[in-house]
Amino acid sequence: MTSLSLKDLTKMPVRLASGHRLCAGCGESIIAKQILMGTESPVIVSGSTGCFEVSTTIFPYTSWNTPYIHTAFGNGAATCAGVETAYVALRKKGKISEDIKFVNFAGDGATYDIGLQALSGAMERGHKMMYVCLNNEAYMNTGIQRSSATGMGASTTTSWAGSMASGKKEFPKDLTAILVAHNIPYVAQVSPHNWRDTVTKASKGFNADGPSFINAVSPCPRGWRFASEDTIAMAKLAVETCVWPLYEVVNGEYALTAESARIADGKAEKKPVLDWIKAQGRFKHLLQDRWEPVIESIQGEVDRRWEKLIKLSDF
Amino acid sequence: MEMDIAINGDNAVALAWKQIDPDVCAAYPITPQTIIVEKFAEYVANGEVTTEFVCVESEHSALTLCTASESAGARTFTATASQGLAYMWEMLPITAAMRTPLIMAVANRAVSGPININNDHGDAMSARDCGWIMLFSENVQQAYDMSIIAPRIAEHPDIQLPCMVNLDGFILTHAIERMTMVDTADVRKFVGEFKPLYPLLDIKHPVSHGNMDGPDFYYPHKVQSAMAMEKAVEVCEQVFAEFKELTGREYHLIDEYRCDDAEYVAVVLGSSFGTMKATVDELREAGIKAGCLMPRVFRPWPADALAKALAGKKGVVVFDKHLSIGAYGPMFPEVAAACTELDKLPKMFNVIYGLGGADATVAGFKKVMTDVVNGDAPKITYLGVKI
Repeated sequence: MTSLSLKDLTKMPVRLASGHRLCAGCGESIIAKQILMGTESPVIVSGSTGCFEVSTTIFPYTSWNTPYIHTAFGNGAATCAGVETAYVALRKKGKISEDIKFVNFAGDGATYDIGLQALSGAMERGHKMMYVCLNNEAYMNTGIQRSSATGMGASTTTSWAGSMASGKKEFPKDLTAILVAHNIPYVAQVSPHNWRDTVTKASKGFNADGPSFINAVSPCPRGWRFASEDTIAMAKLAVETCVWPLYEVVNGEYALTAESARIADGKAEKKPVLDWIKAQGRFKHLLQDRWEPVIESIQGEVDRRWEKLIKLSDF
Repeated sequence: MEMDIAINGDNAVALAWKQIDPDVCAAYPITPQTIIVEKFAEYVANGEVTTEFVCVESEHSALTLCTASESAGARTFTATASQGLAYMWEMLPITAAMRTPLIMAVANRAVSGPININNDHGDAMSARDCGWIMLFSENVQQAYDMSIIAPRIAEHPDIQLPCMVNLDGFILTHAIERMTMVDTADVRKFVGEFKPLYPLLDIKHPVSHGNMDGPDFYYPHKVQSAMAMEKAVEVCEQVFAEFKELTGREYHLIDEYRCDDAEYVAVVLGSSFGTMKATVDELREAGIKAGCLMPRVFRPWPADALAKALAGKKGVVVFDKHLSIGAYGPMFPEVAAACTELDKLPKMFNVIYGLGGADATVAGFKKVMTDVVNGDAPKITYLGVKI
């Protein structure tokens, strides 16, 4: 897929129309478009309740040029699995002949928290579907509340930075590792700044012989407090600081990809987490002297996870 | 070929499902429904059905998967009870609002807490406002018959609503009764081919399901569901009539027993209708002009049929196997509301009975009915309870 060019992508069907109601600078529609460029087959999309769902399906309008279904918040995986099961049933009976792909888009709240059980169930049962987490690291649709994907030190509306608190106290859950533990054929982390890496991984996910999971970092100008034109730069910084490594796990085999592979190889600089923290208003309180240990702690955990990933990837 | 068999209620439902052979079934085990999915899984394992059977990790996912599968264009069935129905609750109104005509058997069981596995109607009653068609069964035969009838009502192009087939936990689910089964070819012909409207799998005609509504559409959509439910009153009677043609077994929105000349009528739901019929016979022998009726169709609520049946009665006694704590049994206010159509309101009484599997006996029913006739009954009787 290294030959993948932007020119090729312009020929792909446009499944998500412009004119949706996401905020300016939202990473979600960018990621979704890249993911949907991963296959030329027809795709049926499902969505868990969240920013992306409400912004694309306000009745009587829809932004979807492809069949779309939403039911509730914590059950996106079961919704997608239901459509896939109907497909298997009707294809078996000869009522459908097309090769159709299935993908669910969900935020981190719908994936890391309330929808984890349904996700685990669908992955374990082996439905041939892809689950994409649009991870903007908090409940943005309800107004920036912390989730188990929120980074340590982030000030959210339920984990405020205050005179006695440095924001969220815990490190984010390593959900990607949990999905790897399901022993499904394909798991990956992506970032929208590297469209080639994302589209390539989406293609592998769509073509996997079983369930696939893609975790995408989705910068949120409102929740992270940065200018809406900096979304792609912010996504890139997440990768460059190793806060969000790019990698894939194919049938249990880890491989770092793109910038992350270059950093591991010593061909690119691993930037300090401080660069990431300085770039976003949600972390600005951490720049006070008294919270310096928190920054050290974050850097320590990012390094620990990164080193572990390097070992797993056999670098 | 029609055949008399001995079978319990859960297996009778599974048998009806086997004969229908739905495209998809997803379910999660819960007492006293479990036999249905166990038996159906056996049919799947032995190739007796073509159904895609999915063992989901929870009831929430069961109803979600079924709703999505039905929206995709597959005829889909599921079953649950009690806590399972409670766990599904978030999805119940969504399934209905998405106009997905899937079928769910509910083996009625008390809702925790305290935890209790026995029969009452607490599960079904807490689902009554969710927009589902709700059918009830008096015996195993009816649980089987309603399972065959349900898809015809739910899938009717003017209705397109999900349907619950209720059967009393243990009393019907686990009791073996004699039942006449319908020939499979006749079942298939009666139920017919599933013709989904706007299925997701029709990729040449993409549609969005489950969109977000503002007040300008949410309210009209709810009223459209209410109109479909109103239409279901007529459709239920049509389908019941067709079923009578096929089997000779006659069903109506409400089933009446000795009501015509009755002065006092007991209203009762589910398996207790049989007990109440025996009670009515004894009351008649004791010189009391009693009758009883059962709303076979609980949603749509058959208000007009009830008003007609209860016109001119001296007393109406509503037996509820659930209690809305702080108010009445859930059926009582609905019967009372139906009676407001009448020129003269009968005296109305509410009897709470059988909660968590407490005994429902002829002796108990007879005592409370006699108290009503003698003017000794309070507005609400907690029948047979010892505190």
